[in-house]
Amino acid sequence: MPTYASLALVAVAVSTLAAAPFYLSDYGVGLLIGMSGYVTLATAWALFSGPTRYVSLATVAFFGIGAYTVAVFSETLPYPLVLLLAAAIGGTVAAVVGLSTLRLAGVYFVIFTFGLAELVRQTVTWWEVNITGTLGRYIFLPFEGRHIYWQLLALLTVTMLIGWLIGRSRIGLALKAIGDDEAVAAHAGIDVTRTKLVLFVLSATIITLVGAIQAPRWTYIEPSIVFNPTVSFLTLIMALLGGPMRLWGPMVGAVPLFLLFEWLSANFPNHFSIFLGLLFILIVFVMPNGVLAKLEGIRKGAAQ
Amino acid sequence: MFEHIVNGLVLGGTYALIAMGLTMQYGIARIMNLAFGDTIIVACFGTYLLVSAFALSPLLALLILVPGAFVFSYAVFLALMQPLVARAPNREALEVDSILVTFGLLFVIQGILLVIFGGAYTSYSYLNVGVNVLGTTVSANRLLAFVMALVFGGALMFVLFRTRWGMMLRAVELAPESAPLYGIDVDRVARYAFAVGGALAASGGVVVSMYQTFTATAGVVFTMKALIVVILGGKGSLIGALIAGIVLGIVETLVAAYIDPGLTLAATYAVFLAILLFRPTGLFGSAA
Repeated sequence: MPTYASLALVAVAVSTLAAAPFYLSDYGVGLLIGMSGYVTLATAWALFSGPTRYVSLATVAFFGIGAYTVAVFSETLPYPLVLLLAAAIGGTVAAVVGLSTLRLAGVYFVIFTFGLAELVRQTVTWWEVNITGTLGRYIFLPFEGRHIYWQLLALLTVTMLIGWLIGRSRIGLALKAIGDDEAVAAHAGIDVTRTKLVLFVLSATIITLVGAIQAPRWTYIEPSIVFNPTVSFLTLIMALLGGPMRLWGPMVGAVPLFLLFEWLSANFPNHFSIFLGLLFILIVFVMPNGVLAKLEGIRKGAAQ
Repeated sequence: MFEHIVNGLVLGGTYALIAMGLTMQYGIARIMNLAFGDTIIVACFGTYLLVSAFALSPLLALLILVPGAFVFSYAVFLALMQPLVARAPNREALEVDSILVTFGLLFVIQGILLVIFGGAYTSYSYLNVGVNVLGTTVSANRLLAFVMALVFGGALMFVLFRTRWGMMLRAVELAPESAPLYGIDVDRVARYAFAVGGALAASGGVVVSMYQTFTATAGVVFTMKALIVVILGGKGSLIGALIAGIVLGIVETLVAAYIDPGLTLAATYAVFLAILLFRPTGLFGSAA
């Protein structure tokens, strides 16, 4: 049960984070945007992939869909409507992908999502070149860094709230059962496919919104920028490091890794993906359930 | 029209070859290798290097790269996959772990290629002359690529269906739990199957590099296509992979010729979606 103390703690943390832009330089705000973006991505990714153990490699497909929707419609539609539209498109794509793959074995889902970003990128490129005749678009929205940051912070808070609510609802229990043993869950009367589908659409919609909110940061976007596969990879590795089975896990993984990646890409831009790959392999070998589970294991070991 | 069918056959032959490699790794060694396409790309760049810097023929490059890929894949299996196999409580857990580790490996290989060769489209010219085949002109390198795919595919079929070692591989593919009862060392077979899969990927890479441009980041697309061919043909079915590879090659060539070259991947995905919706066990697969 949430005690009033922990509620107050969360409220203090959120308001401190919300006030941060007033005390930081532009560079600091930029870091906060990137960090809150990745924490949200990793948390949303883990909403679905944590309990079901279905590894989604399509994060950047949805992220890019969000960013592109903003680029296309920000001139003609009011901003809140653009966000709603982005969420709707992302959710629909997720529903189509989910409906066709989630009733099959998990590996089909992984394979399908693996190439999805490349498919969307090539299709958008084809569309822009052949139908609209432009590649690359400008986004002119009157946002400063802190406005984007506040939106991301709000989205993150909502995402954490959803994660927390799922954890204590019937659907959360159903998810845990599916993660443990799908056959048993199905026999216990859980509609396995529907549960997975709902979660996948929810997670993908949040990821789409992260892309949409962050889009004005770029000013200029084109398919190769917003459909960069590194985003999927970073999200996955952050969630795994922290532990995708826990609500706070992705955040614990995302914050230090984001700072590490910032440093790496500033100092070793050419060797970035080599480090990334090696680090990732190391994480899978050393702490397959994430750092929180590892710490818990160590603490239990010390107590005995 | 006929010209496109011939080109589709050539492309399809290559797809079938690399899909057979993936079948060896996924069907027999039980490892879903997301870095599979990057083995192909490494072989492409290796051939490019040997052809442009040492003026070797791509056929000689084959003699260096295929054994090299065999040794590399064997080492990868020993160092990265064997510990995962040992710790995994069941097949699903192994699948997730191997997907994650090979996803990391993909970024390592891709990063190394980017450092050495950069991100540009690369190609070299080899046997770029037209040959008359039944009235249409096909470039000689494509024709050679097709013949090589047939030779490698045929050799693999022979080994699998006519030798004792091949029978052991098929036994592990069919019944990994019962194979040890007949004195088959499943781990050993898996190691070799994984290495042979890597060698086939490399031979596919040499073949592809003779008639296509390639980039350091194109591995993902090759992995995807190989996976789609495997699923379309039915997991573990080599004949299925052969036919499915050719189907995919022809579909792609026709889409590129009559609709738009930019939509080939979309066409591949449409084929994939159709199989998932209507026949998830593949054309030649039985229910798992």
